[in-house]
Amino acid sequence: MLEQYLSLFIKSIFIENMALAFFLGMCTFLAVSRKVETAVGLGIAVIIVQTITVPINNLIYINILKEGALTWAGLPDMDLTFLGLITYIGVIAAIVQILEMTLDKHFPKLYNALGIFLPLITVNCAILGGSLFMVERDYDFSQSLVYGLGSGIGWALAIIGLAGIRERMKYSNVPEGLRGLGITFIITGLMAIAFMLFSGIQL
Amino acid sequence: MLVKLKKTLLDPIFNNNPITLQVLGICSALAVTSKLETAIVMSIAVIFVVSFSNLSVSLIRNYIPTSIRIIIEMTIIASFVIVADQIIRAFLFEISKQLSVYVGLIITNCIILGRAEAFALKNPPLQSFIDGIGNGLGYTLILIVLAFFRELFGAGKLLGFTILPINTEGGWFVPNGLLLLPPSAFFLIGFIIWIIRTIKKDQVEED
Repeated sequence: MLEQYLSLFIKSIFIENMALAFFLGMCTFLAVSRKVETAVGLGIAVIIVQTITVPINNLIYINILKEGALTWAGLPDMDLTFLGLITYIGVIAAIVQILEMTLDKHFPKLYNALGIFLPLITVNCAILGGSLFMVERDYDFSQSLVYGLGSGIGWALAIIGLAGIRERMKYSNVPEGLRGLGITFIITGLMAIAFMLFSGIQL
Repeated sequence: MLVKLKKTLLDPIFNNNPITLQVLGICSALAVTSKLETAIVMSIAVIFVVSFSNLSVSLIRNYIPTSIRIIIEMTIIASFVIVADQIIRAFLFEISKQLSVYVGLIITNCIILGRAEAFALKNPPLQSFIDGIGNGLGYTLILIVLAFFRELFGAGKLLGFTILPINTEGGWFVPNGLLLLPPSAFFLIGFIIWIIRTIKKDQVEED
């Protein structure tokens, strides 16, 4: 029982890494990875939001949107799955907003560190992607909790790694046309190959 | 007027390409390009969503309160994505399985929100619509180029038809399996950016 969750956890961090295997959250991944410090801040914010939104969207999906989920309300034939996309993005936007206000009120120090990254997260595809994968793979509540945490950590790990490499890149002589964005793509490609090593692991 | 519209349409395709210069919307650009077919379907969906969401945002731009504009834009975009998603599911079921979650992720494709914010909120409907199509085509161009190379040299096929007969099936072409794997998309985009910036020196970043 416990092994099943552990394997899902490891799988979502390394084997099915959000950023390097599914290319999710690439816009922020490339734009905010110039410095390790900011990358750590964004990474932590993603972990927090992902761990909250995936289970909540899971509850909404299972209890309201899924085909036949509204049987308790006397509507056994109702299938609201087509409303999924708009619901998940609404939930994500709302949770990010609430989180921002709560942090501002109760943890001002953390808010100052994470504040600027939180609004960015609403349009981070890794967050919406997490919820959509949860639906596609039919996770139950506890699985989605583990998956949310694992995929958030995986994404954070990838962006911190990239930021570390990019800080070192300052000392190398990159061809003119590749400077900035071009070389970052190629580094990310190499990181993705490195992460593919994990794909052979059977858990 | 016409000259201006033409510029709005063509500018994002070559000079101001959303993927290579603005680095927007690359998540899906990388994930759906291992086959030409999925890339084309994805591009059509994106052109549809970006042009119509631009049009709708532009039509109501004078009535949107600034403080809640993002959530209004997101709702409009999400509605169009749902329409696109349902149409693909109804008529192209096989492809919708291959695209999996990436059609839904058009919502968070930064090109679309970016154009709504940067262009549609300030310009009249017709121009916004044309701008949407132009940006959609700029996205399409990169997607098609990536998918063309990945499918041709990775599997020897184009749109499922054999172009280069591969050696495992008695042909002469040895396919490069790496091109079918995710990391190759990063390399190809990196090289495309390199080529574009070598030709257009003004796009080089000072880093």
